Amino acid sequence: MLGILLSRVRVEEKLLLAAFKSRGTSVEIIDDRQIVFNLQERNWQGFHGILERCINHSRALYALRIFNDWGIPTVNCHEVALVCGNKLETTSALVRNGVPVPRCRVAFTPESALQAIEDLGYPVVLKPAVGSWGRLLSKVNDRDAAETILEHKEVLGSYHHSIFYIQEYIDKPARDIRSFVVGDETVAAIYRYSDHWITNTARGGRVENCPVTAEINALSLAAAEAVGGGVVAVDLLETRDGQLLANEVNYTMEFRNSIDITGVDIPGAIVDYFIRVTARKRDEHV
Amino acid sequence: MGKSQQSPCPECGFEIAIAADTVKGEILQCGDCGMELEVINIEPLEIAPAPEEEEDWGE
Repeated sequence: MLGILLSRVRVEEKLLLAAFKSRGTSVEIIDDRQIVFNLQERNWQGFHGILERCINHSRALYALRIFNDWGIPTVNCHEVALVCGNKLETTSALVRNGVPVPRCRVAFTPESALQAIEDLGYPVVLKPAVGSWGRLLSKVNDRDAAETILEHKEVLGSYHHSIFYIQEYIDKPARDIRSFVVGDETVAAIYRYSDHWITNTARGGRVENCPVTAEINALSLAAAEAVGGGVVAVDLLETRDGQLLANEVNYTMEFRNSIDITGVDIPGAIVDYFIRVTARKRDEHV
Repeated sequence: MGKSQQSPCPECGFEIAIAADTVKGEILQCGDCGMELEVINIEPLEIAPAPEEEEDWGE
């Protein structure tokens, strides 16, 4: 039996369910608000594959840990969620694997973070290590702003906001690139345009098709492999002198605005990959 | 759900058209007040305000 783990049925999940149906493949919806794991009794052995589509990163992370410990193949697997769900882990994995990224510093106190910021040079971008949809990003233009933001994060935030992830600000051409990697293929890419420096579509960025050039393909696949592979969306930045850098990697990709614009059946590609991978792993255990 | 139905928005009362292929857990938006709603149940049809964004939501 195949399952799809989700928090709510968004447009993406509805498209995935339709893709399963069109392929004549049954899939059971698993609502993460209702599940209970019995760690001693491994009460989910009826599934031979689960597609993860949680909106909560923490629920996805722990559910995948449990499923994988129980030998249930998942897309994506726990290690990919662990790395992609944390920007520090992601950057560390990318750097370890030689994938070009913006310069990055990490510090644990406002004082050392300020030192790191001034070492990089203004402007810089401060990000929470765990976060998505462009939330709580700060573009820090000068020392006054740096001191203020660092104090606010330390005093007002939970402990994880005192893990200061500091990235050089890339002066990009009013857009970034998101590529969609399914297995060993970059199936599509989009430009996300915005007058604001944050280009997430969740923050109102405008989308256009981006041809998957050899360079975009190579960088996307390298980034995907660095985080553990599977089905990921890679965010790329272009510098003014034409260099491509990997910024972030997302493991529960959103694609509703990217299907028509690219002409690529992204949910179909995901479902085909999931069916193929879980069938192969099931056969290995026979 | 076999046929399309209508249900009042719990926030403003606007009659929302619920398509026949709507599934449990699906997210809708009220066309009048803009509130995000979740389909709690299909038979009988029940909709409620959707949970609000949390700190760890995203991709």
